[in-house]
Amino acid sequence: MEYGTAQEPRQKQGILERLTAIDRRIIFVIIGVVVAVPVLYPITLPVLVSPPVQDLYDAIDELPPGSVIIMAIDFDPTSEPELYPAYLAIARHVFSKGLRVVALGYIAPGIPIGERALQIAAEEYDKEYGVDYVNLGYKTGMTVALLMMGKEIWDPYPRDHYDTSVEELPLMHEVHRLDDVALAVDFAHGVSPDYWIAYAGARFGLRVGLCATGVMTSQYYPYYDSGQLFGLLGGLKGSSEYEALIGAPGSATAGMTAQSLAHLVIMAFIIVANISYFIVRRRSPGA
Amino acid sequence: MDLTILSTWIAAFLTLAILSFLYKDNPVYKFAEHLYVGVSAAYWMVYYYNNAIVPNLIDRLVRDHRWLYIIPGILGLLIFTRLIPRVVWLSRWALAFYIGMGVGVVIPATVQAMLVAQLRATLVPIWTGNVGASIVNILVVVGVLSVLVYFFFSREHKGALGGVARLGIYFLMISFGASFGYTVMARISLLIGRFQFLFYDWLHLR
Amino acid sequence: MRKTVPLTIVFASGIFMLAVFFVPHRRVQDTSQVLLEWDLVVWTCALFLSGLNLFIVNAKKVRRKERDWGYKVVLLVAFLTTLVTGLAWGVRAGTPFMFIYESMMRPLQATMFALLAFFISSAAYRAFRARTREAALLLAAGLIVMLGRIPIGDMIWHRIPVITDWIMSYPNMAAQRGILMGASLGAIATALRMLVGVERGYFGGEG
Repeated sequence: MEYGTAQEPRQKQGILERLTAIDRRIIFVIIGVVVAVPVLYPITLPVLVSPPVQDLYDAIDELPPGSVIIMAIDFDPTSEPELYPAYLAIARHVFSKGLRVVALGYIAPGIPIGERALQIAAEEYDKEYGVDYVNLGYKTGMTVALLMMGKEIWDPYPRDHYDTSVEELPLMHEVHRLDDVALAVDFAHGVSPDYWIAYAGARFGLRVGLCATGVMTSQYYPYYDSGQLFGLLGGLKGSSEYEALIGAPGSATAGMTAQSLAHLVIMAFIIVANISYFIVRRRSPGA
Repeated sequence: MDLTILSTWIAAFLTLAILSFLYKDNPVYKFAEHLYVGVSAAYWMVYYYNNAIVPNLIDRLVRDHRWLYIIPGILGLLIFTRLIPRVVWLSRWALAFYIGMGVGVVIPATVQAMLVAQLRATLVPIWTGNVGASIVNILVVVGVLSVLVYFFFSREHKGALGGVARLGIYFLMISFGASFGYTVMARISLLIGRFQFLFYDWLHLR
Repeated sequence: MRKTVPLTIVFASGIFMLAVFFVPHRRVQDTSQVLLEWDLVVWTCALFLSGLNLFIVNAKKVRRKERDWGYKVVLLVAFLTTLVTGLAWGVRAGTPFMFIYESMMRPLQATMFALLAFFISSAAYRAFRARTREAALLLAAGLIVMLGRIPIGDMIWHRIPVITDWIMSYPNMAAQRGILMGASLGAIATALRMLVGVERGYFGGEG
């Protein structure tokens, strides 16, 4: 792989030209330092809650105790830093309100990540597996599973993640169809929200909320605006907002210092590069 | 040695191996890259076998004696004719079933959840009695229509059509800029996650 | 046999699944559940084919001792080890398969994507220029959102998060809705073309 070092004789270049042709490894070092140092020495910054995250929180908060919610683990290690904190925060919120959880997912490597969050929250609130929460685990074929769940959840999930028959799980005796579920929150890093919205939402009338990676967030605003999503949490910032709402700052809040500094540095990169570009262009219009 | 510690050390080595690519492509990175491809391909195959082939084919045939399930079994085997050029055309039968099912499921879902619901949400009153809300509604309607016009390629984007399409481009650019901002956030978050692993879980610096 | 059968299968299965949406009769719904299971099996076999193909392609490279063949050995060993441990000992916590997941797959996957933090920063510096009005709009929106989505943005000026929310909720939302509706129309048109046999890309270029 070729690296973009400036090959022209450097003594002939001005500082601005050199700035625009900087070796990208220097940029890498700056970004590495700017992220690493605040990870080691984080400062707790005040987090402002945005309306889509507040809506997500309110919808869960307003549910009567005993209601069942689906927490879908549709992410994997590639988005763990963004969505694990959200999963943990919402699991804590859900258990603190006396709600019950059916966890499941369509991305296998994510199941152990969601499972860990669920177990931490369950231990904190003294919740019992099978009664207060179940983990149905991974299922291949999301469309098929969702369509089947509209009619009978036991069909695609005859056994849970631990290979226990769902018949032996008391909670599952109250959960047969999506109608038995108050709402679903999809923790997603791919196209899974489209399926939740189209099948669980539009076809079977289930209320769907979304915790998405930052990359996906902007494209789900139309669904939030149309009411097809009752709430929308985007990336690490969204996770930190939820942590603030439940009053339990976690890894997302801790990451906000590094996030803030990195954003400021990248913004500075963009501004400096543009100023250099325009000055150089003015000096030599043909460039 | 405790397996958790061993696991953490292997994970730390592989993390650093991948990060070494930032300096330049090197044998350690290539090793980690090929390891990744091999492990993840097999990882998924194991899950597909356990979660689809066993419950939806083998169990149906062997345990439930539902013999009609021999049909998806045969169709599934036909897929593998892709590897035999002489009879590759047989794989089309299996693909045809998959595509037909997909088409039948996708059409109503797309119409209902994406087209109709989004259209309904766009049909908002232009004048609401409140100036701010009305301006926002007009903005949304104009934005949606101009972007749709931009994607309408059956006519050349000239004159009034070209002007509206250009407006659509402006809306798209704002949206792509917003997506860029969020993408930066996402990528930095992932790096934060890796540093948290290296500093907290591996080196126990906090 | 080569054309008529697959076209008939697409049409029949497609029309049936379309009918399922409109016909709530129990027998139709039950049949659709069975067909969906069949669909899952076929889809899974296609994915197995991709895994098998990966193995064959790399095994050939090793046999011919092509460039970088040593790394292909790593790939094949990793592939076979993961496959055998998963099938022999299962995928529960504490199994060798989960050890491979925790120690290798998880960090590798996460770090591969974390690399992008460096590349997006470099790209932002080297290529993100306000050369045109459109690029300037993109750049301005990007900068505002980047600032509005960090706590420091609020500290700098309390209106920045409000402006960010406004951008996300209105101009961004309108553009994304336009894209969504355009893509939906395209998807429906393509699906209909496939249903009636006009679109035959899945024939592999011999349609």
